[in-house]
Amino acid sequence: MTNRDTPDLNSATPGPPIPHAPVPHAPVMPAAPARPEIRVLVRDRLRQEASALLDSGNRLAMIACHDDGDALRVVYSFAGVFPRRQVDLVVPVPYTDAWVPSIADLSYPAGNFERGMRDLYGVRPADHPQPYRLVRHGHWPRGWYPMRRGARVTPRFEPDVESFPFVEVEGPGVYEIAVGPIHAGIIDPGHFRFSVVGETIVRMEARQWYMHRGVERLFEGRRPADGLELAEQVTGDTVVGHSLAYCMAVEAAAGIEVRETDRLLRALLLELERIYNHVSDLGSLANDVGFGIVHSHTQRLRETLLRLNKTVTGQRFLRGGLRIGGARVLSLPDPEVLRGVAADMQEIIAITLGHAIVRDRFTGTAPLSGAQARAIGTLGYVARASGIDADSRRDHPFVDLGPAFHVVTETGGDVLARYRVRAGEFAVSMAVVIDLVARLGEHLGSGTSVDPAVPGTGLAFVEGWRGSICHRVELGAGGVLSRVKIVDPSFFNWPALPVALADTIVPDFPLVNKSFNQSYAGNDL
Amino acid sequence: MRVGTGAAAHAVELTWAGIGAPILMAVLQLALFVFLAPLLIGVIRQVRARLEGRAGAGIWQPWRDVRKLLAKEPVHAADSSWMLSVGPIVLLVSSLLLCVLLPLVGTLALPLIPSDLFVIVSVMLIGVVALALVGLDGGTAFGGMGSSRHMTVAALVEPTLLLSIYALSIPAGSSTLSLIVQTRLQTPAVIISPVSLLAMVALAIAIMAETSRLPIDNPSTHLELTMLHEAMVLESSGRDLAWLELGSWLKLAALLGLLGNLIVPWGVLTDFTVPGLLLGAVAVAAKVLALGTALSVGEVFLAKARLFSVPELLAGSFALALLAVTASYLVA
Repeated sequence: MTNRDTPDLNSATPGPPIPHAPVPHAPVMPAAPARPEIRVLVRDRLRQEASALLDSGNRLAMIACHDDGDALRVVYSFAGVFPRRQVDLVVPVPYTDAWVPSIADLSYPAGNFERGMRDLYGVRPADHPQPYRLVRHGHWPRGWYPMRRGARVTPRFEPDVESFPFVEVEGPGVYEIAVGPIHAGIIDPGHFRFSVVGETIVRMEARQWYMHRGVERLFEGRRPADGLELAEQVTGDTVVGHSLAYCMAVEAAAGIEVRETDRLLRALLLELERIYNHVSDLGSLANDVGFGIVHSHTQRLRETLLRLNKTVTGQRFLRGGLRIGGARVLSLPDPEVLRGVAADMQEIIAITLGHAIVRDRFTGTAPLSGAQARAIGTLGYVARASGIDADSRRDHPFVDLGPAFHVVTETGGDVLARYRVRAGEFAVSMAVVIDLVARLGEHLGSGTSVDPAVPGTGLAFVEGWRGSICHRVELGAGGVLSRVKIVDPSFFNWPALPVALADTIVPDFPLVNKSFNQSYAGNDL
Repeated sequence: MRVGTGAAAHAVELTWAGIGAPILMAVLQLALFVFLAPLLIGVIRQVRARLEGRAGAGIWQPWRDVRKLLAKEPVHAADSSWMLSVGPIVLLVSSLLLCVLLPLVGTLALPLIPSDLFVIVSVMLIGVVALALVGLDGGTAFGGMGSSRHMTVAALVEPTLLLSIYALSIPAGSSTLSLIVQTRLQTPAVIISPVSLLAMVALAIAIMAETSRLPIDNPSTHLELTMLHEAMVLESSGRDLAWLELGSWLKLAALLGLLGNLIVPWGVLTDFTVPGLLLGAVAVAAKVLALGTALSVGEVFLAKARLFSVPELLAGSFALALLAVTASYLVA
């Protein structure tokens, strides 16, 4: 039995030190994003440089490929917290000899970035331990790399000749359960293949990448201000997270300073998004163990919050509040409504965690150990539930969130730990929002909107509700978008799901999946 | 009406009281429960909806669903067999038989067909097996998974059902359910005896498991991987699905009727009179709906237990039934 899609954690070396050591809360300097350090390398030097950066506590934020018209260029973006730094390793790659040395053995997420790059740009990662397709759908014509400049946007699709090679688990009593890609309920497509003995999951493989929309390609050639509406639609449930990361990346590229009140307003919108999503999922987790009344009440609270969102930006999912260079809202959220929701939610959380059967279902279900979470490179509440103290709001701050803010972590790594992290984050976000409303007073944002006209490169991190979102924007001549690379935390977190599922029973899968709740759309752009 | 010869010891007296009245009662029971079962489900769902703060679809929605499904042509999977059509009918017939055999409206015993506890459990088992075969027949992973879980639960529930009713049968000195109900009616002290209470709790848990209610199964989930009962009917549609639904609902209604008559035996028809028959019908309907409401209210407070702790729960109910039987010998 080989591990094709999941990292082999048994043989994994302890790995680099934890990039995010815990720190007591200190007033952070809301500085303009750090200028990245750019090192242009030849291919042979890449592994050495990458290894040195990873060993000194930096995290691989993304690998972005670019088609410059005359050659390809691969950018490896690393980010560190202590000291706060950004390093871009730039590796030029000629069309005729399109390969890079794989660093998949140094970093698990790098392996997946490389597979995506091979499918979208045709840059081969040499000596890749898992040299299989990632993004490429079976119907894509061979040799069609949709992100290359010359690629036709809509090709003539070919029959799927190579069926997806699921690993067959052999042995007495092993049978397979195939779920999806179309599911009961309104969710995005993904196929799960379980190899099961009795009720125990021996192995689960996820086949995703059914919904490539070419989002990154759609940005190219747009004015930065026109890119905002696209960024808002990367995934429907993370409107502020993605559009804010996009704005901040553009601002970093063009050197635009944003006023502090506008940055406070942005933080407010980001927390409002976290709150409604956490409320919704805390109820869904209870619903998945058949505790329906909690779900009904969280749906009521979610609706209250969405209506509140509408008073803030004019749209229930908080679209329209952000501008490049500023922010603007119609009104600030009513703190009384927020306090009411917070009080109801505290009661709901207490009822949920006080319920013996619910508690039993959550406890010890699908634990993801800290070592596994670290090796896979997980982010957000998935990482924090496994004891990794990482949060871009503290590690890459854009504004001081005040004394109410702190990072919530748990160590269990099971469904209960993920539930508790989100319950804790809900309370923190509520306190932060109420505090921000008071700090903003009557300020509704400057409404400044800048359309930069200079070339440049910018990278930004935003802690969306799922975890750290990273956008890297390159502006060409006249400020036109030449490349936008988007990384949703789901890209890092999806591979952790099959690992956590080892020895979990089949009827617990929906609960475990909900406790991760990763995005299909944000993952497959 | 011809009068029986009475020559043989076991010959049936072909009198109005011996055969006509029980048949009339059985037919009434059947009609009543076919009408009542979808209503019961409607009440259960509506009560739950209201308690959760939802409007609900109204108590007649299951009736509308059945009517709609009956008008629809079933769609069968390519490699499925006749089992997919026959299984639902078998389940329905077994549930209808339950409605005939159980002492619901009254305790008049049908001649030759005893409402004996072993007969009842066997009839129920026919339905269980038919449903499991329907689940397997589609050849899908979900169906097989559901059938496997269903049979595991059934294997654990049937002994409890047998043992708990057996404990109740000891005071009556008979394993015939109608006699058990009559005994409880004549000597109500039996109802609140420790033996009876233990057995009733065991029976209630067994009935919840048998009819796929919380905490054993979640009847309102859409998550296939967690399903027991619903996973088996996923491949059924149209008329087949209508029979499956109606069969399952009838079973729930009949078992709740039995439970109601065991807890509160008053109102049950023991000697045939027309007002008594009507009273019996109204009484059992009220008991079923009251128990359904209680079930629904109780379910609001429950969550679905982990599948691997379901055997523990059922083993617990078995232990209670065993205690009831042991206690009844020690006390008596």
